[in-house]
Amino acid sequence: MSSPGKVGYQLPPLDVPGVDPAGALGAERVRAEIENFPEVSEVDVIRHFTRLSTWNYAIDLGLYPLGSCTMKYNPRINEQAARVDGMAWIHPYQPDSLSQGAMQVISELERCLLEITGMDAVTLQPAAGAHGEFTGILMIHAALAAKGNPRKKILIPDSAHGTNPATAHMAGYSVQNIPSNARGMVDVEALACAVNEDVAGMMVTNPNTIGVFEENISKVAEILHAKGALLYMDGANMNALAGISRPGDFGVDVMHLNLHKTFSTPHGGGGPGSGPVAVKQHLEPYLPIPRLARVNDQWTWNYDRPQSVGRVRAFYGNFGVLVRALAYIMAHGGDGLPRATFDALLNANYIRKLLEPYYDMPYNEPSMHECVFSDARQAKLGIDTMTIAKRLIDYGFHPYTVAFPLIVKGALMIEPTETESKRELDLFADAMISIAKEIEETPDLVKTAPHTTRTARVDEVTAARKPIVRWKRP
Amino acid sequence: MLDTIGAPALEDLYAHLPESVRFAGSLNIPPGRSEYEIIDYFRARGSENIHARANFLGAGVYHHYRPVLVDTVVSRGEFLTSYTPYQAEISQGTLTAIFEFQTMICQLTGMDVANASMYDGSTAVPEAAMMAMRITGRSGIAVARTVHPEYREVLSTYTRHQGISVSEFEYDVQSGQVDLESLDQAMNENTAAVIIQSPNFFGMVENTKLIAEIVHARGALLVFVFSEAVSLGLLEPPRDADIVAGELQSFAIAPSYGGPFAGVLAAKEQYVRQIPGRLVGETKDTNGNRAFCLTLATREQHIRREKATSNICTNQALIALMATVFMAVYGKQGLRELAEQNLAKSHYLGGRLWRRFNGPYFNEFVAVTGPRSVEEINGRLQGLQIVGGLPLDRFYPELGNSVLLCCTEMSRRADMDAVAEAFGA
Repeated sequence: MSSPGKVGYQLPPLDVPGVDPAGALGAERVRAEIENFPEVSEVDVIRHFTRLSTWNYAIDLGLYPLGSCTMKYNPRINEQAARVDGMAWIHPYQPDSLSQGAMQVISELERCLLEITGMDAVTLQPAAGAHGEFTGILMIHAALAAKGNPRKKILIPDSAHGTNPATAHMAGYSVQNIPSNARGMVDVEALACAVNEDVAGMMVTNPNTIGVFEENISKVAEILHAKGALLYMDGANMNALAGISRPGDFGVDVMHLNLHKTFSTPHGGGGPGSGPVAVKQHLEPYLPIPRLARVNDQWTWNYDRPQSVGRVRAFYGNFGVLVRALAYIMAHGGDGLPRATFDALLNANYIRKLLEPYYDMPYNEPSMHECVFSDARQAKLGIDTMTIAKRLIDYGFHPYTVAFPLIVKGALMIEPTETESKRELDLFADAMISIAKEIEETPDLVKTAPHTTRTARVDEVTAARKPIVRWKRP
Repeated sequence: MLDTIGAPALEDLYAHLPESVRFAGSLNIPPGRSEYEIIDYFRARGSENIHARANFLGAGVYHHYRPVLVDTVVSRGEFLTSYTPYQAEISQGTLTAIFEFQTMICQLTGMDVANASMYDGSTAVPEAAMMAMRITGRSGIAVARTVHPEYREVLSTYTRHQGISVSEFEYDVQSGQVDLESLDQAMNENTAAVIIQSPNFFGMVENTKLIAEIVHARGALLVFVFSEAVSLGLLEPPRDADIVAGELQSFAIAPSYGGPFAGVLAAKEQYVRQIPGRLVGETKDTNGNRAFCLTLATREQHIRREKATSNICTNQALIALMATVFMAVYGKQGLRELAEQNLAKSHYLGGRLWRRFNGPYFNEFVAVTGPRSVEEINGRLQGLQIVGGLPLDRFYPELGNSVLLCCTEMSRRADMDAVAEAFGA
């Protein structure tokens, strides 16, 4: 649709004398043109992107039960709040005296997150969950180094998110996997054997990735602390705990939150996120700089923190995401947050009950906010979790998380979230049950899915073998 | 639903949690508020920040006009409320948009491949440094002091525990550009990469081609950083660099007190398998139609775990989409004209003030104060609802009485005149 000379922009006439680029910069520093860049009209642009949008599935179209991702409804008031001029058009380097409103928002969100987690101090600087993990592990490193030995290893359960081991490695630690026990939880005895003076800490997701609360979490903390190691909690599943259980009360030293999960900020096709890190008092000196401080009744940024791990990101974090998260907390209030948690638990357990007769449940522990099935029964008939997922698309739903966690062979990880109605859950369960029957009766129909999408099954193998990651003029 | 589950009450759903870990209290957060109360709260907080008629701060965050189409597109629920496009068949919208993003970033930077975005410019820099180490097998990084000071701080945080040594090299006090002698001294046989920024933190445009020759002669890679993406509408792209790490905030992303922004990581073709983060690739569906999907996932944390190229998972897709729409709206001619307007505005004000450096500059420059102090100048401007420049001694103690000023297409002539008058010029 691009054609030479077509434009979609408007600029006001220049109110100062024009400057010859070659004269000001030197001819060798000025490019001739941006080769092959688009030349399109405003109407071309809106039609193109509107057309693309219709090729996407989204929460706004229906249930999006990606386990561990917490795809809940994204309230639009959050978007409005972040676009208020006084929030959107402030520069991070304008003097603190001109930014008091923004700093008040940050302070209020910090307070709410500490209340919800039961921790003592929090940084809002990390840009996403994995970024928060990195910040937290750096703090463990700094705290142990201050005592004379940063140690060598981070323990990670075999059910953990892939970000956990990748993070530990980036922070200079080696990774030791801790096998789960028969109930899908941290094996406390295996842990006790593994913890020694080389262990800096352990990263535990709670509820874990099979949606089960680690009932021995206090014991896990005790074992670690007895040997001078620290407990990191991956708070990806905080949606199951807000208002009913606080990590600060069960021995967690440092944890991150995903504001784009628990606190409803939109996932946007893969970001932006925000990954605040909350700590107990003993880790407070190591939080990234700068820290918000109250001096002479004014907010200010404090950079004078010699024990800090340093900066993990420029400026103060994904402020626009923080605004959205605070708007969500304000809308729910202290009474609404636990109600949302109840509903998340209710929806997950309801789905579990409806699907249990049809799908294998490898760990029979009580579910929190998500339930994990395996494709064991269907695999015997030659159909795996990915194929079931593709068939589910034909029924108008986004699939669950496929083939994760790794401790479940052929996992179907389902997280409905609290914002789904009984009607939507029933429709989803009906679809899953119908697919289970099709696998027995008309397996070919399932194997060749999806049938109803604009794009048929995509060849990912060729894409990786011969990567084409940009367009080039033929 | 409780009947189906077989639970008498909602509370029974978590009755299996040990008593000691249950939270018995109620959260000390005010009761839920209505939409009106919430928007009213944020408006009130917003009014406690300055509502400036003009803002001359740059330093990595720029005031550029945001075309209306940008929010129109990113507000569509199909983009806003979807997630990482794991299921390609129902995510072709996001995947196609990212493929276009990767393509336009390549066209803009002169690189062969670009990823789907990084958190921001500051975190793209250490990821580029780590990439260079993997490629070269060396462990030293030399970074110009004219790279954004906070990017350098993040670099230092990231590299601390990875056995990487980071050294800094100086700027030339006359030109404000890289001091080539200092660069030469900062390199040794263990240098994996040299990192420069252009326009640099002082707004000066570097001689990238010459620096690349010096760096490559020592067997190191050149990492080119940019924080002002609009400059690429006019400046020769860093074709001679090996890796480009940048910040796209200038492309229709509101300043928003420092985030969310979107970072860029682009590189030469041969380094594609060392790039961190998401990559979208072209392929076909079973009907033989052109289609897109996430690709080369074997670099990533969810497959490779501790052996991954990075721990990055969520990136900045929606913000990258803002930049994509921006690039489409402005296009080939528009981005050029936008950049030329920025150049003209900054040279209008720059021509009226005493500039500390004599090198070529794009839309930022360092002004030296005259009879009045920085505080006095910015105080006068504040009275006119104008936010003045950044006092540079905050990051460069040796640069007292120096202010970093930025002019964009949004800087009105009358406001620039007011700045010149406040300086006493």
